[in-house]
Amino acid sequence: MATSREIITSTVARFFKPGDVVNLGIGMPELVGNYIPEGVLLHTENGLLGYGPGPQPGLEDDNFVGAGKQYLTVVEGASCFDSATSFAIVRGGHLTATVLGALQVDEKGNIANWTMPGKLVGMGGAMDLVTGARQVIVCSEHTTKTGSPKILKNCDLPLTGAGVVDLIVTELCILDVTKNGLLVREIAPGTTQRELQAKTEATLIFPEEIALMDIAPRPAV
Amino acid sequence: MVNKLFRRDEIIKKFSDGQRIMIGGFATKGVPDKLIDALVESGVKNLSIISNDTGDPGVGQGKIVGNQQAVKYLCSHIGRNPEAGAMGLSGKMEVELCPQGTLAERIRCGGSGLGGVLVKTGLGTIIEDSSQKLEIDGESYLLATPLRADIGLVKASKADTFGNLQFHGTSRNFNPLVAMAADLVIVEAEEIVSLGTIDPDFVMTPGIFVQMILANEGE
Repeated sequence: MATSREIITSTVARFFKPGDVVNLGIGMPELVGNYIPEGVLLHTENGLLGYGPGPQPGLEDDNFVGAGKQYLTVVEGASCFDSATSFAIVRGGHLTATVLGALQVDEKGNIANWTMPGKLVGMGGAMDLVTGARQVIVCSEHTTKTGSPKILKNCDLPLTGAGVVDLIVTELCILDVTKNGLLVREIAPGTTQRELQAKTEATLIFPEEIALMDIAPRPAV
Repeated sequence: MVNKLFRRDEIIKKFSDGQRIMIGGFATKGVPDKLIDALVESGVKNLSIISNDTGDPGVGQGKIVGNQQAVKYLCSHIGRNPEAGAMGLSGKMEVELCPQGTLAERIRCGGSGLGGVLVKTGLGTIIEDSSQKLEIDGESYLLATPLRADIGLVKASKADTFGNLQFHGTSRNFNPLVAMAADLVIVEAEEIVSLGTIDPDFVMTPGIFVQMILANEGE
């Protein structure tokens, strides 16, 4: 059986097709790269477009790393650039999508993922990414580690972006952020609508026809 | 043409208390480590640093933080360095956070004679509280103001003796921007080549932006 993270990250990867330009955030979103089809160009904000999987041991190069400091390889057609160009790609609408984790996300498409009370961390490029990418996909476990809802009526942590989220993918469902609220597009097999709502603070909209999420284990590409 | 190679001790003399110093690099990569070591050795205090981040504890910029030489950091991220986080929370060091793309653009403005740029990044967040909001043709933007420094520290993969620079891979990051935005730009290069070696078409930072290059030991 696939783990929650495998279900979430392989499901997110389904939304991409060759020719797309995608930035994967640090943490769980990085794992989306394991399932992404060939021809999707991955962008990292520290200045590289077109990276592949991590290198074989011994072939790590300090000049090719991701924003999470992980070593990268490059694919054919890759390009390198400075930080101003990198964020011109981000803010200029040249990214098909960004995939980010979230501490909280709400029914208005607000996302909080950069800081918590009593922590001093920094937003890095997250605010630019949620503002500039044409599609913002949140990839997150449905609830916190202690089982509290992360999908809320209103985020109460400092926001990364206001009204920017388009799609939320968890191990239990795929939600579209619409102007009327969160619409359940797909639900995981074995999860009832009542259970899904109970684990979600925001009021979900259940259309008559809801597809079942494909949660079968998927081979990494 | 002017030869810009300088010894380490000549560079150390350029540092003084209270300077504003801008540093290239991203986390621990593309960071001018030798120049940071020189800055740490100089022991100067009360520095204001502008940089993407505060490095790792004891690595790269983490050395400046650990040596308590900075009274202020303007950066986009300090999460990799708990020491910087603790100093920021206790008020021992002021930390001003700026979204990474906005920071890059502010530095570019500082080096390009621009009075600022308008960005949508940060609208509806706490960044809006500390920014001027402007409306242009019905669209809201935040004003990002230019940044300059007294000294810029830059890491290049290759420099000729005039300071024409090349960078490699993701080690480029903020370095070419920093090279344009400081009164005194000091470069550390992995390789120093003679004038004329770098094809003009492949110069990434023109040498006029650079005043000093850290010479290899013994040169």
